[in-house]
Amino acid sequence: MSASLAAPAPGGFGRITLRLVLIGAVLLLALLPVLNRLPMDSALHVSDFIVSITGKWITYAVLALAIDLAWGYAGILSLGHGAFFALGGYAIGMHLMRLIGPRGVYGHPTLPDFMVFLGYQELPWYWLGFDHFPFAVFMAMAVPGSLALVVGFLAFRSRITGVYLSIITQALTYALMLAFFRNDMGFGGNNGFTDFKELLGMPLNTSSARSTLFYASLILLLGALWLCTIVTRSKLGRVLVAIRDAESRVRFLGYNVTNHKLFVFVLSAMIAGLAGALYVPQVGIINPGEFSPGNSIEAVIWVAVGGRGSLVGALLGAFSVNALKTWLTTVAPDLWLFALGGLFVAVTLFLPRGLIGLFSKAPK
Amino acid sequence: MKRSLLGFLLVLLLALPASAQDHLATALTGLGDGFGQTAEAVERLGALGDPRAIPLLRALQDGTLRRTPAGTVLLPDDTDAMTGAKADAAGAEGVRINNRVRQVLRGALGRLQLVSPDAVERLAAAEAVFRTPGLENVPLLQAALARETVPRIRAQLELALAASQLRADDPAGKRDAIARLGTAATTEARALLIEARIVNPELATAINVSIAAIEQRLQLRRIAETLFQGLSLGSVLLLAALGLAVTFGVMGVINMAHGEFVMLGAYATFMVQELCRGIPWLAPWALPLAVPAAFLLTAAAGALLERGLIRHLYGRPLETLLMTFGVGMILQQAVRLAFGAQNREVISPAWMQGTLLLPGGIAVTQNRLWIIVFGIAVLLVVVAAIRFTRFGLEMRAVVQNRRIAATMGIRTGRVDAMTFAFGSGLAGLAGVALSQIDNVSPNLGTGYIIDSFMVVVFGGVGSLAGTLVGALTLGVVNKMLEPYAGAVLAKVFVLVAIMLFIQRRPRGLFALKGRAAES
Repeated sequence: MSASLAAPAPGGFGRITLRLVLIGAVLLLALLPVLNRLPMDSALHVSDFIVSITGKWITYAVLALAIDLAWGYAGILSLGHGAFFALGGYAIGMHLMRLIGPRGVYGHPTLPDFMVFLGYQELPWYWLGFDHFPFAVFMAMAVPGSLALVVGFLAFRSRITGVYLSIITQALTYALMLAFFRNDMGFGGNNGFTDFKELLGMPLNTSSARSTLFYASLILLLGALWLCTIVTRSKLGRVLVAIRDAESRVRFLGYNVTNHKLFVFVLSAMIAGLAGALYVPQVGIINPGEFSPGNSIEAVIWVAVGGRGSLVGALLGAFSVNALKTWLTTVAPDLWLFALGGLFVAVTLFLPRGLIGLFSKAPK
Repeated sequence: MKRSLLGFLLVLLLALPASAQDHLATALTGLGDGFGQTAEAVERLGALGDPRAIPLLRALQDGTLRRTPAGTVLLPDDTDAMTGAKADAAGAEGVRINNRVRQVLRGALGRLQLVSPDAVERLAAAEAVFRTPGLENVPLLQAALARETVPRIRAQLELALAASQLRADDPAGKRDAIARLGTAATTEARALLIEARIVNPELATAINVSIAAIEQRLQLRRIAETLFQGLSLGSVLLLAALGLAVTFGVMGVINMAHGEFVMLGAYATFMVQELCRGIPWLAPWALPLAVPAAFLLTAAAGALLERGLIRHLYGRPLETLLMTFGVGMILQQAVRLAFGAQNREVISPAWMQGTLLLPGGIAVTQNRLWIIVFGIAVLLVVVAAIRFTRFGLEMRAVVQNRRIAATMGIRTGRVDAMTFAFGSGLAGLAGVALSQIDNVSPNLGTGYIIDSFMVVVFGGVGSLAGTLVGALTLGVVNKMLEPYAGAVLAKVFVLVAIMLFIQRRPRGLFALKGRAAES
C-alpha cells in the first residue's frame, strides 16, 4: 500500500514548472519586507502583520520540511516533532531572557524575573553559557539532536516502527510538556519566557528586526530545503525510501537500518530545533503549550496536506494550512477545529499524496 | 486484664434492670428541691452511665422536665422518667435550673452520650472525652467500653481511656495505657505518647516501643492506602484501555478518537441524569441507566466511524491514526459548541458518596471503590464476550485469518464494524466511570488517551491479560511515586520507564507469539 506513495520526482516538464513556481514563490516572499517599507498609502504596501505572520509561517515550513524528511522519506511518523521545535525555541528563549538583564520588572542583574519571583538565589548550572548567542544557537540544534539520538537509538534499535513509534514520540512530547509546566524546572513554568527585549543588539519590536528575522528564516528555509534535497537525492536517501517501503528487505540486503533511520531522525530534529529558534524571537513568547501533542500532530497534517514524500509539498502544506487557519480563526473561530479535523479526514481518505499529488502524474 | 474484668462486673451490675432502677432512683433524689441539690443529682446521673438519663437531662436542659407533687419526674410526653410508663401529670411543675446547674448538665450529658443509643452521638462523645482527658473519666469509659460493639467507636473509646489513664498516678495503669495506645494506629495516639514521654521519663522505653508500633501501623496503612489509590487509578486506566485493547489490540486499528468516545460516554451520563431529574423515582437510577445508554451511544458512533471512514484505510495504520485524530477534533469541537466549554456536573448517587473505613483505619472513597468493581465487571464481560459468544468466535476467526473466515461464511465486514463498535462502547463505559471522578468537559478524553495507549503498549498489544496487568501496574507505580516526585514527575518517570521497558520487550509484557505477532 505504502509503495504507491513512493512519489518519484515528477516527470520532466512537471519538475521544471515546479522549480519555476518555487523560485517565484521565494522571490515573492523575499519581497514582502521590502514592500513593508513602502509608505502606508501605497497600493503595494504590506502591513507589519503580514510580514510577521509570514515570517512565522516560514519557520513552520521548516518544521514541515523536517517532518517530511523523516516521515515522507524514511517512514518515521514522529508525533513529537513539536517537542524538538519547542526545545530549539526554549534554547533561544533562554538567550533572550539573559539579554533582558537588569531591565526586568524586578531589576535583578542576572536572574530573569520568574527566577526572582520563585526565589532562586543564582542561575541554575544549565543556564550557563546561554548569554552567548552562538552557544544558544548551538544548543538549539544540539539539545533536540541529542534527544532524538537517545530516543531514536532506543526505538530503532529495538525495531519499534509504525504506530508504536508514533505513540512513543507523542508520549515523549506529552511528558516534556508536563515537565516544562513545573515551576522548579527552571524554565518559567506555565508562563514560559516572554518580554524579550533584543537579539544581537537589535530591539525586537522594530520593523528592521522583523525583516532581519524574516530573511534569516527564509535563508534557513532555503538552506534546509537544499540540505534535504541533497540527502534525499543521495544514495542514502534512496536507502531511506527503501527502508520506508520494505524495512525488513533492506535489512536482509545488509544495510544498517538502525543507523540510517537514526541519522535522518537526528538531522530532522536539528532542523526542527533551528526552526523553533527562529520562531520564538518572531512571536515573542515560548511556553510549555508548544509541547502539546496537538501541535505536533497539526504539523504532521501540514505535511500530509501538502504531500508527503515531496519536499516542496511539505512547504506548500505548511503555508496553505496556516493561511487557512489564520483566515478561518478570524472569520469563524468556531469552525477552525472542524476544518482542521475535516482536513485530517479528507486528506487521508481522498488525497493520499497531498496537494502536490494533484499537480504531478500519479506513479504507476 | 484485671481492669477489664472489673469493667465486666460493672456491666453486669448495670445490666440488671432492678438494681439499675434503684441506682436511677437514688441518683434522682433531690432533683428539683433547689439549685444546689439539683446540680448534685445531675452530677450523680452523669456518673451513672445509664442511657435512660439522657432524655431526662435533655428535658431538664430544655426546661420541659416536670415533677409531680408526689415526686415523680415527668418527661415532656407525661411519662415517668424512671419507668417509662404513663403517669398522672396533675399538679406537675417545671424543674427550674440556673447557670451552675446548666454547666454541670453540659458535662453530664457529654459523658452520658458515651452510652447513647445513637452511634454517631457515641463516637462524637468518645472523641470529646479523648480531647479532654482526666482521671474522672476512667470508670465511665470502662463502662462504656464494656457495652460498646461498634469497632470504630471501641477504638476511639480505648484511645480516650488510655489518654485518661495516662493522667493517673498509678504506674501499672500508665503502663497498661501505653501498651494499649501502642495497638492504636492514629497520629493522635502518637502525639499523646510523645507528650507523655516528656512528663514520664521513667517510662520512656515502654513509650518508645509503643510509638514504634504505631509508626509501623501507620506505615502499613499508608502503603495500603497508596495501593488502593493505585488500584483505583489502575481501574480507571483499565476501563479507558479496554476499548483500545479491542480496537487497537484485536483489530490493529489505532483510534485516536478513543478519548473523545470516552468523553461522549461521560456526556451521555450527564444527559441521562438531566432526563431523569424530572422524574423523582427515577433520579437515583440515573447512573445505572447511563451505563447502557453510554455504551449504545458510543458503540453507534464507533460503528458509524468504522463503516464510514476507517474501513477505507485498512492496512494503512499511520493514515488511520491521523484520520481518527481529525475525527476526535471534530467530535470535541461539536460537543464544545453543543454543551459549552465549561464543566458539566454529574452528581454521584447517594450510595456512591462518602468514605468507607476499612479495618485498620484505611479510608476508602466509595466512588473509587465502585469504579474498581465496575472495571473488574467490565473486564469479565469483555473476556466472556470474546470467549463464549458467537460474536467473539467470529471476531477471533476474522483476526486469525480473514479470508478463511470469509470462506466459512462469516461476514467479515459486519464483524469488523461490530468489533469496532464494541471497543467504542467500552470507551463509553469508561466515560460513565470518569464522570464520577473527573470534570465532564469536552477535553476529558485527551488526558487519558496517551496513558491508555501506554497501557496497551506496555501490556502487550492484543492481550487482555496484558491490559489488566499493564493498567494496574501503571496505576500503582504512578501512585507510589507521587509522594516522592509529585504527580507530574511521577507521570514523566512512568513514561520514561515504559520507553526503557519496551527496549527489553518491544511487544509488551504479554507478547503474542507465532504468526499473529507479525503485523
